[in-house]
Amino acid sequence: PILEFLPTSISTTMSSGAGYDLSPTTFSPDGRLFQVEYAHKAVENSGTAIGIRCVDGCVLGVEKVLLSPLLKAGSNKQLHTLGPHHGMAFSGWAPDARQLIDRGRSEVQSYEETYGSEIPAEVLAERMAQYVHYFTLHGALRPFGVGAIVAGYDPETKKHALHMIEPNGVQYRYFGAALGKGRMGAKTEIEKLNLSTITCREALKEIAKIIHTLHDEGKDKPFELELSWLCEESSWKHQHVPSALANEVEAAAKKEIEDAEMEDDDEEDDE
Amino acid sequence: MSGAFESGARKGEVATGTTIMAVAFEGGVVLGADSRVSTGTYIANRVSDKVAALHDSIYMCRSGSAADTQAISDYVRYFLASHATEINRPPTVKTAATLARKLCYENKDALMAGVIVGGYDPIEGGSVYVIPLGGTLMKMPFAIGGSGSTYIYGAVDANYKPNMTKEECQEFVKKSIAHAMARDGSSGGIIRLVTVDATGTTRDYIPGDQLPYGP
Repeated sequence: PILEFLPTSISTTMSSGAGYDLSPTTFSPDGRLFQVEYAHKAVENSGTAIGIRCVDGCVLGVEKVLLSPLLKAGSNKQLHTLGPHHGMAFSGWAPDARQLIDRGRSEVQSYEETYGSEIPAEVLAERMAQYVHYFTLHGALRPFGVGAIVAGYDPETKKHALHMIEPNGVQYRYFGAALGKGRMGAKTEIEKLNLSTITCREALKEIAKIIHTLHDEGKDKPFELELSWLCEESSWKHQHVPSALANEVEAAAKKEIEDAEMEDDDEEDDE
Repeated sequence: MSGAFESGARKGEVATGTTIMAVAFEGGVVLGADSRVSTGTYIANRVSDKVAALHDSIYMCRSGSAADTQAISDYVRYFLASHATEINRPPTVKTAATLARKLCYENKDALMAGVIVGGYDPIEGGSVYVIPLGGTLMKMPFAIGGSGSTYIYGAVDANYKPNMTKEECQEFVKKSIAHAMARDGSSGGIIRLVTVDATGTTRDYIPGDQLPYGP
């Protein structure tokens, strides 16, 4: 009977929750928290977000899906600054992300107030992850339908790092991370890169290529590519990539995709 | 700076009428204090330890109410320990001083405490932070505090030189505290010296009959 209440897309792909999926405070007999898994689904069906930790900094990119042609270009930014040296990209439910961003910002402020120095990236990621996890333990609350990729720099140790927080409250440190619709393809492409030598400028182009390649012109809605970085050139502040560089990177990425497609066409002709 | 509070002590309260001092050098810090604890004119403890350890390489010199400063140093020690575990590296002196300042400022009405936080961390090297009565936080090349400090302002200003070596700092601290102990009735006993640097901490004391200056 529970299948009647599930949206058709979920009921055809998942086993029945059979009453164990009504509350995050109920485990299923095989040890699953269905509400948390459904929250992951909200993230998986959203616009792609990618982060890469390079030798000289961190870069973040999102496929910002344009829900309406009436939206002003460049508005509703999806890359957010949490502190002078911290920024995040998200994939999933935008209003839930708003809550997480505000929490991240207040953690940055309160750490500085209490300890006198800037919050290290791994501590911020852990605090945000603990916050997200809290919402998976209460009957009165629902889990966050958001995944976040957080980039940070610590001026004391002079180290930069990339972390990803998932709706179940885990966070890990990554060289490369991806969320959303295109995450599988993105991770495959990221694994091909040499992450121990890649620079920010190279990574920006790779992210642009990945997002453009995975975007299906026919099926998906139009999108804007949003890019930000945290590197020496930005004085280690989290900033949107200067528009001149962003345009250059996007153009170069599109050209590389076109060239690759033309090569494939040539090979077909030879047969 | 913090000498006048002696007359404001609650009746029967144990006060550390004191001389405390800390001097930073490039690779660390020298902290020093006298050892007299008085209740009125009775010397409750003539060999007390007024330099409390907050962490492996961070110490706090205490002056004012003995109970208040012990409570503050206990809290800061506890917060610093959790913090060190969270960030997985030695905490900075700045963090220790910020935690102490927060306690002193937020509870300024209830506390009578003037402290000096000094130590070594790999980020800044040796640093000295002074937190007088109201809860201001000031980073200084060196600092003095306690009732005895009022008698040696001239002496320390005259004898301080920037970029002193560790040994010069130790001599400077010993001499200055000895001078204060000679004039301040609330300071006396022995001089406790703590030297902190990258290799670790050395604790030393100068017996009361071997002070560099005094009767």
